[in-house]
Amino acid sequence: MIRIQARVEQSTLMKIASPILAIILTLIFSSVLFSTLGKDPIQAMHVLLIAPLSDLYNIGEMFVKMGPLLLCAVGLSLCYRANLWNIGAEGQLLMGALGGGAAALALIDSTSIFALPIAILCGVVSGMVWAAFPTYLKLKFNSNLILTTIMFNYIALYLLLWAVHGPLRDPDGYGFPESALFSDAVTLPVLFEDGRIHLGIVLAIISAFAAWILLNKSHIGFQIRVFGEDEPAARYAGFNGKKLSWTVMLIAGGLAGLAGVAEVTGPIGQLIPSISPGYGYSAIIVAYLGRLHPLGALLSATFMAVLYMGGDLAQIEIGVPTAVVGMFQGVLLFFLLACDFFIRYRLTFISNQPIQE
Amino acid sequence: MDAELLSQILFSAIKTGTPLLLIALGEVICEKSGVLNLGQEGMMLMGAVVGFLAAYSSGSVGLGVLGAIIIGMFMSLIFAFLVLHLGANQVATGLALTIFGTGLSAFVGSDVVGQTIQGFQPIIIPVLSDIPFIGRILFTHDLLVYVSFALAALVSYVATKTRIGLIIKAVGENPHAANAIGIKVLKVRYLAIMFGGGMAGLSGAYMSLVYTPMWIENMTSGRGWIALALVVFASWRVGRIMLGAYLFGLASIMHLVLQGMGWSISPNLLAMLPYVATVVVMVIISADHFKEKLLAPRSLGKPFDPRQMA
Amino acid sequence: MAISTDTTDCRIKLENITKQYPGCLANDNISLSLLPGEIHALLGENGAGKSTLVKTIYGVVSPDQGKIIWDGEQVHVKSPSDARDLGIGMVFQHFSLFETLTVSENIELCLSKKQLIAIENLPEKIRNLSKAYGLDVDPDRYIHSLSIGERQRVEILRCLVQSVKLLILDEPTSVLTPQEVANLFVVLNKLSAEGCSILFISHKLHEVTEICQKATILRGGKVISTCSPREESPSSIAKMMVGDLAEQDAGYSKKEGSKVIFQAKELNLPTKQPFGTELKKINFDLKAGEILGIAGVAGNGQDELMAAISGEDGRLVNNMLFLNQQDIGKLDAGERRQLGMANVPEERLGRGAVPEMSLTENTLLTQSKGFISNGLVNWKKVQQHAQKIIDQYKVKCHGEFSDAKSLSGGNLQKFIMGREIGQNPIVLICAHPTWGVDVGAALSIHQSLLKLRDEGAAILLVSEDIDELFLLADRIGAVCDGHLSPLIKTDETDIEQIGLWMAGSFIPESLEATQ
Repeated sequence: MIRIQARVEQSTLMKIASPILAIILTLIFSSVLFSTLGKDPIQAMHVLLIAPLSDLYNIGEMFVKMGPLLLCAVGLSLCYRANLWNIGAEGQLLMGALGGGAAALALIDSTSIFALPIAILCGVVSGMVWAAFPTYLKLKFNSNLILTTIMFNYIALYLLLWAVHGPLRDPDGYGFPESALFSDAVTLPVLFEDGRIHLGIVLAIISAFAAWILLNKSHIGFQIRVFGEDEPAARYAGFNGKKLSWTVMLIAGGLAGLAGVAEVTGPIGQLIPSISPGYGYSAIIVAYLGRLHPLGALLSATFMAVLYMGGDLAQIEIGVPTAVVGMFQGVLLFFLLACDFFIRYRLTFISNQPIQE
Repeated sequence: MDAELLSQILFSAIKTGTPLLLIALGEVICEKSGVLNLGQEGMMLMGAVVGFLAAYSSGSVGLGVLGAIIIGMFMSLIFAFLVLHLGANQVATGLALTIFGTGLSAFVGSDVVGQTIQGFQPIIIPVLSDIPFIGRILFTHDLLVYVSFALAALVSYVATKTRIGLIIKAVGENPHAANAIGIKVLKVRYLAIMFGGGMAGLSGAYMSLVYTPMWIENMTSGRGWIALALVVFASWRVGRIMLGAYLFGLASIMHLVLQGMGWSISPNLLAMLPYVATVVVMVIISADHFKEKLLAPRSLGKPFDPRQMA
Repeated sequence: MAISTDTTDCRIKLENITKQYPGCLANDNISLSLLPGEIHALLGENGAGKSTLVKTIYGVVSPDQGKIIWDGEQVHVKSPSDARDLGIGMVFQHFSLFETLTVSENIELCLSKKQLIAIENLPEKIRNLSKAYGLDVDPDRYIHSLSIGERQRVEILRCLVQSVKLLILDEPTSVLTPQEVANLFVVLNKLSAEGCSILFISHKLHEVTEICQKATILRGGKVISTCSPREESPSSIAKMMVGDLAEQDAGYSKKEGSKVIFQAKELNLPTKQPFGTELKKINFDLKAGEILGIAGVAGNGQDELMAAISGEDGRLVNNMLFLNQQDIGKLDAGERRQLGMANVPEERLGRGAVPEMSLTENTLLTQSKGFISNGLVNWKKVQQHAQKIIDQYKVKCHGEFSDAKSLSGGNLQKFIMGREIGQNPIVLICAHPTWGVDVGAALSIHQSLLKLRDEGAAILLVSEDIDELFLLADRIGAVCDGHLSPLIKTDETDIEQIGLWMAGSFIPESLEATQ
């Protein structure tokens, strides 16, 4: 007889094993799905997971996708640790791109070495501002953070569309909804000769380590964790919840803004209507898959970037729509949430005799 | 503004508000039982695409609606299992449902993007539609709008006047007490979540079979989220949900109104209106924290695990 | 299997009930029986298995082994509705009432459709029963507007509407004023005279000897003895409950405080929560080297008062709270801690300690002095300090790395006491320090409090347990509906007086009229 039993303490092993198990289950699920669609599952797996890492160019592209995912996910990990449900990374990223892009366009004739830092700073600040609105509304008026951040995502998207159709459109662009190309002075340096790996990716990796130190080694990080895990205890201990909320939300907004400005001053090189293929939303899954741990996000962002690459390749090579990636992300999160059950519970096989302890 | 234009605007506000009304009616029951399902957008998109596919392949919009309701319920069952049986976090699971539904709907609908079908036709109710002004606004709609009127009345009646409504309210307020007096909390919540799923599916079908009528990726553009705000705005009361839905409908067609009045504002800026309105409304509503706490189902979003009783 | 001869006479008979939880054998081969009309006490310490046993009878818990015989027939009670169909009613310690519904709706929810049809007019029936048993309950009122005592009467009515044959009451008197207890006993005696059996859980011996004909004493999940309480002495029953080895709390000497350290002056605070209690003109002085006890029935403003004093409430209360003459009304909880205030809250898990964090991390929760440099935590030092608390206060756990939630209530409470006392507070506020704690831990917690007092700290002790307050407090008062009674030396008053204060006898009528 199998029985479900509550564990006395949470299982550390399952905390680590659960994401791996979830990935394996997702792969099994997708193999079955591909088979039913009449595709060879082994070929499909190869295209999705192996091909993206098969040559240097693809690996480079994988890193290009990992950068924004990681930056957003590190910020979201901090927010979720503080029990602040910020779903607004997408909007903060778009505003970072818009703010930074506008600055880059204003500096288009500049040759100053400060031009790029200024553009990046503008992007970071724009992201922070976009995170500040919902944070203020939550703390001042107690409005629901999930819903406000979602709404600000839509508003950011339409602001971007308005900008590239209107004030920031390239006057010489034949009416296309795109800005002018940024000049070299406001373009992120590329790390290697060929390929598009840029400085932003290094910043992303640094941010993951910095967030790890903040969360696990600093007193404020401890306060963030207590605040998120058990708000009455944080209040009892006298931690300043408002200050902590502002801290994590502004960090998350800044990082997402950095991701946005790094996209437009890096691989894209101008403002266009479709800057992000939903990085801000995928980052939610990256954060979860990484156990809301900044260094875990490093691993899961890599996996998610591979999946994104794989999705692009799958469309070209086996004619599966790229939308399949979005579906896999959802399935992955489902499996992860299901596997997490075993962090708190275990299955025991028992005979009908009562156990004597 | 003349009466003709005004009645045209109000007619469109009802038409545009109907999907919001349908999905919010489902969500309000779900929330009254204490469960917050953030997967509305995903369930709605799946309802839209499956409804369209079913209608497109069978030629029957009725089958389309049925298919949409069934897929909505099925989607909500995944959520219900994870949340009720595995004790997963309601917020995270709801988000997963939305991400999954968004991806899956785009995937299964990729072949029919841009195809059109013959959607529901307006049914002009004799006599009633001849009432000046109001007749035009209320009684010249398609079948699903009339269904939404009936459903609003039904949900309101069940929630406030029946034993079922009492049980749902009890479970949403205090699941532990409900369990202790022998109410099957999980069963009630399963049914409430599935009702929400079915309504979300129906609402999606309205989008793809009546409103547009076609399938486009992400065509619900945040309506599932707006509906969640609407339930809070309405303080979990059906009458106010109806009012709110039509107000949001009005906000969504504002660009048409303004264009009609000869103003020229970027359509991209006007498209922000419903979202900005949602934020503004939420701020106004939740600023009275005390009242919101008083009206909200007490156990909303909190997990209940009968295994930990005892 | 042979059926014993008296089975047919019994209302209910339990045979060899066994229930195993992970790491704990809650019920070990328990048998007991009740005759019709018998009032039977179930006695035992916290954790003795009383709750598990009654939940088994009521169908909330399913036993691993054993059987239940009801009116001579074996029955399987799979759910509370099964139990109610048999005629078993239960009043839980934490009421199963819905605050936003009316009395009538609350009672309706308990009835099956069939029962509901049989009762033509439920509010009318409630009124009649209420009158017949002297319960004084209005079916149209909302639960949130009722006092704890009234709520308990609603729970009892719930059972009466279904004409119960066995009524189970889990610690019914712990939430009542002494006068309300007397009224409850009148109702119970009336029920008993009509043939209803009553299973009565308690740990207050004088109550048991007052109304119970028989008592079953549980310890560690086993039946230790079944006896007639009127033939036993309280000390012999107490010995059976806790075992011979446990020490007993002796009477402690009372002290008089020296200078005033903490003052509340005209503290008014509207309620933040729906159904909360507003604090009304609270005045008191707290002196160094004394324990000031505050009695009261739950929900009369204790939580609000504690939150206002500790600063957890978060609102400004200028010119109302003073620590050593300094106005602390605008300081937050953290800043008040810095000034030497410490706090042992009622909820240990989820407020006094973070459940999923280790004891080391929980040490840092309220004490950061010496552990932080340049914003970074010296975890090594924190760990050593946690170890010190564990050793000094004999906290039973696997080590300082254990999660707080893995500790038993008593051990976690010892840890929290140790952590708070270790900061050498000048003022300690402490709520329900021994609630749900076994006798041994309670004794050591009492001694820690007295030691702290003798070292010169001022202690504010809030408790619902009057006996505990009389044991520890040097001065005592009571709260009722957000008012604080006068304070009086414990030696100069008695339980009767404090009981009247708990019921609000000290509130001038002019104030009552304004409510």
